[in-house]
Amino acid sequence: MAEITYREALSHGLKEAMDTDDRVFIMGEDIGAYGGAYAVTKGFLEHYGPKRIMDTPIAESGFTGAGIGAAMAGLRPVVELMTLNFSLLAMDQIVNHAAKIRYMSAGQFTVPLLVRAVTGGGAGLAATHSQNFENWYASVPGMTVAVPSTPYDALGLLRESFKHEDPVLLAEHALLYRLKGEVPDEWYTVPFGQADVKRRGSDVTLVAYSRMVHVALDAAQILAERGVEAEVIDLRSLRPLDMETIYESVKKTGRVAVVEETWRTGGFSAELASQIQEECFDYLDGPVARVNGEDVPQPYAINLERASIPDAQKVVDTLASVIGI
Amino acid sequence: MKVAQELTKEEMVDLYRKMQLIRVFEEQAGSQYMRGKIRGFLHLYIGEEAIAAGAISALGPDDYVITHYRDHGHAMARGMDPKIAMAELFGRATGSSKGKGGSMHLFDASINFMGGYAIVGGQLPIATGLALAEQYKGTNNIVLCFLGDGALNEGEFHEAMNIAAIWHLPVIFFCENNLYGMGSPVGDVFAVKEIYRMAEAYEMPGKRVDGMDVLAVREAMTEVVDWVRSGNGPYFVEGMCYRFRGHSMADPSEYRHKDEENYWKTKDPITTLRRKLIGDQIVAEADLNDIDSEVEALIDEAVQFADESPEPDLSTLYDDILG
Repeated sequence: MAEITYREALSHGLKEAMDTDDRVFIMGEDIGAYGGAYAVTKGFLEHYGPKRIMDTPIAESGFTGAGIGAAMAGLRPVVELMTLNFSLLAMDQIVNHAAKIRYMSAGQFTVPLLVRAVTGGGAGLAATHSQNFENWYASVPGMTVAVPSTPYDALGLLRESFKHEDPVLLAEHALLYRLKGEVPDEWYTVPFGQADVKRRGSDVTLVAYSRMVHVALDAAQILAERGVEAEVIDLRSLRPLDMETIYESVKKTGRVAVVEETWRTGGFSAELASQIQEECFDYLDGPVARVNGEDVPQPYAINLERASIPDAQKVVDTLASVIGI
Repeated sequence: MKVAQELTKEEMVDLYRKMQLIRVFEEQAGSQYMRGKIRGFLHLYIGEEAIAAGAISALGPDDYVITHYRDHGHAMARGMDPKIAMAELFGRATGSSKGKGGSMHLFDASINFMGGYAIVGGQLPIATGLALAEQYKGTNNIVLCFLGDGALNEGEFHEAMNIAAIWHLPVIFFCENNLYGMGSPVGDVFAVKEIYRMAEAYEMPGKRVDGMDVLAVREAMTEVVDWVRSGNGPYFVEGMCYRFRGHSMADPSEYRHKDEENYWKTKDPITTLRRKLIGDQIVAEADLNDIDSEVEALIDEAVQFADESPEPDLSTLYDDILG
């Protein structure tokens, strides 16, 4: 058991895949000599050479599409999109092609493509560089969307991606790269569609993913000091989605809040709230609460930025105002 | 008409047969659409047969073909069974995609036919990826990617051209310039008047070919294929052509002048080759008539097969989303 960072976990998982499968190669903007904008592939070029560590032009649609073609021809490309914000320039390739080729060819072709992208706000980069689009991709049949919150899950979900025969979006949160956590020496993976109960509690359920898991855990700590025991569930993947773990918890606690970094309007929290009330209506002691980022383009100034992203206090306040906890 | 001396009689007859196969397939598809057997959009390739037949015949079996939504001609030229293609147009369980894709999305893995792509320009980056994979694996297989003139103003065209050029990828971009992007004349939407010269921006060789002359297309492509397969990097080809029908079955083609349409119809690629084969005494007219009859029978059989095939079972709705 070793303690490593989220960044090291991702780097380790990529090396492992490169070392064990010649079909794996990585392409993206400045992943080679520069080492990657978030340094996940630092040193890779020197070790693996330019054939397998390919710096691309700044042409997100172009190289994401190239990844799709290479995957159709039997390779296992990893495309690094510097941030999920830039994925909008490749969205046609991901949504219209990668996610649909298996279906539209009736299984004749598959696209085992891993798209890695940095997600999330809070780094002082303002509105165009601080967004979370995981929920958009999660609404597309054919996509798999993984949202790790810890080094353990980052490595486990990455390993799972390389076993998968269809496109995967791995959304890595910008503010988690330096987070440390325990990772076992022995091999493991984290299956898609298997949520993780991070904390047990019987009074209220907090459902979160990516960095908001930590916000939810902080909120649970505050609640515990008041004698309220919160159960915290980390989704780990948005598609496939493990609702069973949530239902089980909500049927026990009778109260639930979804904590999510992205905007409230059209947020994934709405999807969860809808499914929870359909399945658990008779068990609920109050409305399903939603704690989301403010419905604004994320501002630059630090006080405004902080006010736009959910924190533990906002979770606690929302529970009080919506459910009366 | 070009005199392609290196082609054997059999090869020329095969080109004739391929073009006729496309023509009859498309005429039948058009009439089945009018009868309500085919739904959605239907984009016919009639008039452009020389390009698919001539270009694809220059490839080997392990090469790749990838194309846009006007894809029936390329599928036929590559050797897709007309039965499964027609059944796909009919939306039947026996179709090439079991009724999931339809006219604009034909795929056939058995002949490296990598699909018809219905978002304009979408197939171009994917084509570079296919080429990248073959380069990576160290084969000498190449990729033939068809695009319409309409795709040239998409950003993906420029991204793919640049990526193909900097990585020296074994890919041929074949632009079918049929003079209209849906209803817009190419002259209204391009800053560059000679489209093949757009390749110069990427230091990629480019050439223009008479896309109504199948022997000219074949001859040009034989050279281009050899050049690309030899590791010289990508190539851009512009084939000048004309679709004899509207953009789709929904298009009465009112933006084109009848004189223009009639002029291009005098260049009908099938009539032209037929006249040459008979005039140069390469093939007897009776033999060509026999081919015509065989093709008609084959397509009749395809229509019958499609019509008699079952609709996809509702239980297949969720099949093939994930592996």
